[in-house]
Amino acid sequence: MKRKLLIDIAKSLLFARWKQTLVAAIGVTFSITMFITLLSFMSGLNDLLDGLILNRTPHIKLFNDIKPNENQPVKLATEYGSAHHFIESIKSDANRQSIYNSEAILASLKKDKRVLGFSPKLTAQIFFNDGSIDITGAMNGIDPIEESRLFHFNDYVTAGNSADLTKISNSIILGKGLAGKLLVNIGDVVQVTTSKGERFQLKVVGLFQSGIRDFDDVQSYASVSTVQKILSQPSNYISAIQVKLNDIKLAPKMAKEYEQLYQIDAEDVQTANSQFETGSSIRTLISYSVGITLLIVAGFGIYNILNMMIFEKMDSIAILKATGFSGTDVKNIFIYIAISIGIFGGLVGLLFGFGLSATIDQIPFNTASLPTIKTYPINYNPKFYVIGIVFSFITTYFAGWFPARKASKIDPVVIIRGK
Amino acid sequence: MSTTILEAKHINKYFHDPIRVQVLNDINFSINKGEFVSLTGKSGCGKSTLLYLLSTMDTDYEGQIFIDQEEMPKKNEGFLAKIRNEKIGFVFQFHYLLNEFNVLKNVMLPGLKLNKYANEEVEHRAMEKLKILGIEHLALKKANHVSGGEKQRVAIARALINDPHIIMGDEPTGNLDKKNSDMVFDIFNRLSSELNQTLLIVTHDPGFAERTHRIIHMEDGRIIH
Repeated sequence: MKRKLLIDIAKSLLFARWKQTLVAAIGVTFSITMFITLLSFMSGLNDLLDGLILNRTPHIKLFNDIKPNENQPVKLATEYGSAHHFIESIKSDANRQSIYNSEAILASLKKDKRVLGFSPKLTAQIFFNDGSIDITGAMNGIDPIEESRLFHFNDYVTAGNSADLTKISNSIILGKGLAGKLLVNIGDVVQVTTSKGERFQLKVVGLFQSGIRDFDDVQSYASVSTVQKILSQPSNYISAIQVKLNDIKLAPKMAKEYEQLYQIDAEDVQTANSQFETGSSIRTLISYSVGITLLIVAGFGIYNILNMMIFEKMDSIAILKATGFSGTDVKNIFIYIAISIGIFGGLVGLLFGFGLSATIDQIPFNTASLPTIKTYPINYNPKFYVIGIVFSFITTYFAGWFPARKASKIDPVVIIRGK
Repeated sequence: MSTTILEAKHINKYFHDPIRVQVLNDINFSINKGEFVSLTGKSGCGKSTLLYLLSTMDTDYEGQIFIDQEEMPKKNEGFLAKIRNEKIGFVFQFHYLLNEFNVLKNVMLPGLKLNKYANEEVEHRAMEKLKILGIEHLALKKANHVSGGEKQRVAIARALINDPHIIMGDEPTGNLDKKNSDMVFDIFNRLSSELNQTLLIVTHDPGFAERTHRIIHMEDGRIIH
């Protein structure tokens, strides 16, 4: 009841100066609109750029690295156990590239609850033969269905269907640049030669475009079994396991765990692509600071307008106090005014921000390197809207608090005497 | 008859700026229920200062003030605001109506703040007060659309809304012409005789003061008689 009365008074004061109020609200609206648009656009762009690499990158990659053996023979000599060894001309191990006991590892990954999914991979160096020309290329053996589910492989297949790799035997998907060099299209047959000199005829079932040109000029994809056949290897031969986790943040910890558990090399996405993380976080930081600056400026606008209002309404404040409204009541009235400007301006700002983002989302954005993107990227994360409204509430509260405190301290005697 | 409504004991008041000056010197008096008292004196004798102390709006003084036999604390702003709301009605030289509201709402505000009656009841009571003052036809007009004399009557209605123990006036006729001054006096007189309302009015209009029941005359911060 008492609060209702104070809100009633606040409302009357607000509408009595509705033009000023509107200007203050427009300030908040503008800043919230820009805040939402900026963050949505920036974070859409971040997601796009990260997605370029991170979507296609496994969170953890299990493989056998080519490196010298850490346990050199001299280490086994117990009498020199505490000595420092100088060993020269170490060569990397003639380690085989396939993963030992891959089937058992796959079975154990399947049981791990933290793992969203995984797909095996193996790579072969091959030559594409086109008449007298041999083009060096790489052939990746993948499970196209899992690869599409986990690493968006199908998004980059611009012609044909990735699932055909499993349906049609001896089939291949070529990078767009590579297909251009070989002058082949879907349905044509390409001839490849392995490093051991064996020749195979493979049918092209699709073309892919990753957005990275160097990549598209040399890479090709086939099913795991096709590549195993080309390499004359058994069906348990795989050179890497790509793991995708439910929570990407666990990757560094789990990579270490898998290294221990499977006696294998494991690389996590944070280590492999640390530059992306840095870029994203700095872009996000910039957008937030610009957005919050806008809000603080709007806050100063509200502060000014309330200060003016208090100056004009000195008499009213004095009589309210003389007739029994306490300082706290007066303070609350002005805080209600500030907050209602903030909430109203903020909500309209959210709507406008959504509208502006949606408009940007419609603007065509075609680039050869990004086949899946047709318009400017926008991230409609509700988080931005929540932050926007909370911040507009907080800044207007503080913008109102200082003038309101001043109003509450007005001494009615001074004003009434002054007349 | 003799319930004491307002009592002042040994009131001393100093102004500190720019130098320490004593403006009130050992003021003692009391007002009983139903009395119509005027407080007179020359400009600067401290009569308005005394009124603001009695009204609890100024708390910087020495001595004790009792309203309705209850001593007023010098701190506790919230409590004093409540006392002003419930027990004191004010009429100032200037009307101080809120232009954002209509006449009725202006009268209702202190009643709504008191929060003793429901909204409709407060509205009904406000209409009654306006009727007593003969201005019920103005109820729905904006406060800045009525004449000066009418504004002062609205201010009196506002002072009456919570049935205060005492109405304090600070030169309530100071801004009005003879006709309106007489009308305001008549209203006060009627409140006093018909409703047994206690009134304490600061004035330097001798004609006004003479017609009240009792005159407290001040000079140089003291009560002369």
